[in-house]
Amino acid sequence: MGCCKEAPALSAEVDRQLDEVVGKHKDQPGALLEILHEVQRIFGYLSDDVLIAVSKKLGIRTSEAYGVATFYSLLSTKPKGKNIIRVCVSGPCHVMGSDTILQSIEDELQIGVGETTSDGLFTLETTSCLGVCSDAPAMMINDKVYGNLTKEKVRMILRSYAEVKEASVS
Amino acid sequence: MTSSAQIEKRIVLRNYGKIDPNSIDDYVKAGGYSALKRAVTQMQPAEIIKTVKDSGLRGRGGAGFPTGLKWEFAAKAQGSPKYIICNADEGEPGTYKDRLILEGDPHSVIEGMAIAARAIGASKGFFYIRGEYVKPIEMVKKAIEQARAAGFLGKRIAGSDFEFDIEVRSGAGAYVCGEETALMESIEGKRGESRVKPPYPTDEGLWGKPTVINNVETLANIAPIIENGAEWFRAIGTPKCTGTKVFTLSGDVVNKGAFEVPMGTTLRTLVFELGGGIPNGKEFLMAQVGGSAGGCLPASLLDVRLDLESLREVDGSLGSGALLIVDDSRSVLDVVRSCMKFFEHESCGKCTLCREGTARLARLVDKIAEGQANTEDLKLLERLSRIMERTCLCGLGQAAPKPILTTLKYFKDEYLIRVSDQATPKGA
Ligand SMILES: Cc1cc2nc3c(=O)[nH]c(=O)nc-3n(C[C@H](O)[C@H](O)[C@H](O)COP(=O)(O)O)c2cc1C
Ligand code: SF4
Ligand code: FES
Repeated sequence: MGCCKEAPALSAEVDRQLDEVVGKHKDQPGALLEILHEVQRIFGYLSDDVLIAVSKKLGIRTSEAYGVATFYSLLSTKPKGKNIIRVCVSGPCHVMGSDTILQSIEDELQIGVGETTSDGLFTLETTSCLGVCSDAPAMMINDKVYGNLTKEKVRMILRSYAEVKEASVS
Repeated sequence: MTSSAQIEKRIVLRNYGKIDPNSIDDYVKAGGYSALKRAVTQMQPAEIIKTVKDSGLRGRGGAGFPTGLKWEFAAKAQGSPKYIICNADEGEPGTYKDRLILEGDPHSVIEGMAIAARAIGASKGFFYIRGEYVKPIEMVKKAIEQARAAGFLGKRIAGSDFEFDIEVRSGAGAYVCGEETALMESIEGKRGESRVKPPYPTDEGLWGKPTVINNVETLANIAPIIENGAEWFRAIGTPKCTGTKVFTLSGDVVNKGAFEVPMGTTLRTLVFELGGGIPNGKEFLMAQVGGSAGGCLPASLLDVRLDLESLREVDGSLGSGALLIVDDSRSVLDVVRSCMKFFEHESCGKCTLCREGTARLARLVDKIAEGQANTEDLKLLERLSRIMERTCLCGLGQAAPKPILTTLKYFKDEYLIRVSDQATPKGA
């Protein structure tokens, strides 16, 4: 493998989970992308240790797994907030005011694009067209799409996510 | 004014809103899977291909390649196994037709894929759906299971010895993966970078095997063509561009939605009759036809027919059928800027001219929009655009300059009022 790193110190539990995902796809050619999707769903992001372990299990070079993990915008090699906000900035959403929406989120959360709130609750990103352009401007939070956004609507949506957190803390 | 029901012609959206998309029984009751039964029990592959060729159907993913011919190439190609891929990566800004088809009638696409498989001799198909389409992915997976249970996928389809099954793969947020060869790289589990063509996918596609890749809308046309015959289909649309097209309206227009109309329907009909015109008492400024990679057309071209040939004549393109309508309170250059940002971000970086070129174009347009450019910049903008059109490796880089070139042609004043020779020409 030409890799100088020692086998990473992953806990037995993490290792077991990775085995499970990789095992599920073992007869499926070209499943690397699917595997990375699933692994990210479990751990939130693709850490170096996890990428090294996955490539070992698949018998591929770590650089290959890393190359794939960094190519696709839905995959991340860095930790992110609990909720990922993706604001569409493509043509139709831009025309319908995505700049204003982005600005109001930045104001509400006090972060810029690419940043995470200090409580780890939100990461703010921009995205290309989400395919809901008749409801522009639009955004996605995790797997959920929100359209016809206004400043007020955005504020309400963000607060609903913040409340979920408060409820689970108390 | 004609009613929208008279203008619309629903083939692809035949079941949309009429059946429960989660029920295969509903689909079958509406006549579904009878074309597949016919294709596997009563038709030879060559006959299926001939029917699709005679129908004149051309790909709805943007390039407009004749579907029957593509199938014939793959059918005749050496190599096995052969594959069929459904391209559901829909990422062209302003386009949401494939999502609507998948959410409204997933079996219509599965049936089209199975018929294509029978025609080219494929036993395995892939459904590549963009990762953001969470609901369509779930719905298609469920529909595939239902089709399997009902004997329309798997072994001995409809009692014949034809065998075919479909696997769903999801994208992970990369526009370029809609390009057919980048998509194949992605299914193979690699970075989605476009391949050099030739070889073409029908000779060496997925894992180097003969592969047909078709758009969702293309495949949704197949069962009706088999069912009703090539002549029926040819009677709709224009002589060179047969059938219908689903257009999706967005931006400054009253009725934002999807409309399926015969090919060759005018832009004016879409915007002012089906679309209900421009809201808030504003005027029509331009329509960007075909997505961010499409041309920006002025009011004087409202009577252009929306089909491959007519749009090419005005330097536009049909593309995915996205129609972004922009009113006169906005600036043409602002739209162009947003398109260039998109391409800069989505270039896969494999060829230098596109990687550097999209960034250069974006900076030049910024500079012009901000009134910092001179006439040399304008010349450079046009020259670089022309070079990219001709020499970029894939369609992304080749089409990226289209919004610039069409606005230079139809909205030249918007550029001229912003450039001055007083500005100092510094490295753009
Ligand atoms: C940058 C780029 C993005 C594309 N995106 C899509 C897409 O999202 N869906 C699609 O069907 N075709 C897309 N295409 C066109 C495909 O390469 C291919 O021509 C098409 O899937 C063939 O199917 P068809 O013959 O049925 O149209 C794209 C092309 C390029 C260059
Ligand atoms: S033209 Fe652009 S997107 Fe296409 S291969 Fe070259 S760099 Fe990649
Ligand atoms: S442009 Fe924003 S959803 Fe399509």
